[in-house]
Amino acid sequence: MRIGISAASKDLDALLDPRFGRCPYFLIVDTETKEFEVVDNPGNMAGGGAGIRAAQAFLQLGTKELVTGQAGPNAFEVLVEGGVKIYQAPQVKISEVIELYKNGDLKQITTPGGRGRGSR
Amino acid sequence: MKLAVLSGKGGTGKTTVAVNLASSLAEKGEKVLFLDTDVEEPNAGLYLKPVLEESLPVTIPFPEIDQENCDYCGECANFCQFNALAVAEGVVLTFPELCHGCGGCVLVCPKEAIQEGKREIGVVEKGWADSIKFWQGRLNIGEPFAVPVTRYLKNGLADVQEDIVIIDAPAGVSCPVIEAVRDSDFALLVTEPTPFGRHDLELALKMVDHLGIPSGVVINRAGKNNDLISELCQERNVPILLEIEFSKLLASLGSIGVPFSRVLPQWQDRFWGMYQSLKEGCPCAS
Repeated sequence: MRIGISAASKDLDALLDPRFGRCPYFLIVDTETKEFEVVDNPGNMAGGGAGIRAAQAFLQLGTKELVTGQAGPNAFEVLVEGGVKIYQAPQVKISEVIELYKNGDLKQITTPGGRGRGSR
Repeated sequence: MKLAVLSGKGGTGKTTVAVNLASSLAEKGEKVLFLDTDVEEPNAGLYLKPVLEESLPVTIPFPEIDQENCDYCGECANFCQFNALAVAEGVVLTFPELCHGCGGCVLVCPKEAIQEGKREIGVVEKGWADSIKFWQGRLNIGEPFAVPVTRYLKNGLADVQEDIVIIDAPAGVSCPVIEAVRDSDFALLVTEPTPFGRHDLELALKMVDHLGIPSGVVINRAGKNNDLISELCQERNVPILLEIEFSKLLASLGSIGVPFSRVLPQWQDRFWGMYQSLKEGCPCAS
């Protein structure tokens, strides 16, 4: 299964970034082979509407599984319309996030988080 | 002549100066148009007590998608710098509160599937305060963009016949202030002799220099610390046009909503004198 994870840096030792809209990278990981690709999140640099920009970019990555900390109301709406399932994980290493996902230990997020929590 | 009253710092006395100037000039027989461009908190009316006769809605456009013709290519969302649109599978989502109303999405859509809807964000109100023509803008609570209201308010200025337009600007030096002040013939910078007043006066001076508008300073609550301001004015070669002393009498009149020049004729003369010197010094004055 290929899943997308909001990440603070570019490898499997990176920590999960709990902010969906403002995370610097998405790691797209194959949970079986541990192969991954790194995609810049354009929402990270957006002046406003970061969550929308991030969600729009995520929809183009071709995975319907997302693991993050939380997604704000606008991002949530775009992701759900795009058929993405969102799972919540703690701020731990990406390699650990993959194990939690594989073991079915992650809870699906069904309500949006606070607006603008990722603002810097 | 278009005269903008601004300050950088909030609470220095912009409105106090603007309403006293307006009422002094009107008293001397000038035809005055007063513009309250502080659309987030228009309060000059508390002093001038206008009767508002007209209320005109201010709208901004936002995208409306014709889902029939849309093929979800994503050009619109890709174009929008403010992320007011997103394309998911089989649906375009719009976020009107993020839309700046530029109309770019309408232009880039290859299927002509976007139309502009209109959303009311505030009003412009017009009326009279005795012989002073009075206009003000009012932004709806929760709306993020003040500039369209100010722009609509100033659109009417092309046709005015008045001798002088007094523009009461908002605080700060950002977009709504620039929109209020641009194209003015002169900028009256109101400040107070405190480190805050001086700091923000410097910002305001930079802004009007950038806009190429000649300026002069009014020191409100003037007193023993005036040097804070006069040093800066000397450095920047900006004249101090008027000092309004820190006085309990002036403050009490302000607190009950009376422009002090109405009851203290010497102040009427001082505002009139300042206006005369501006008219002489300003090549663009008519």
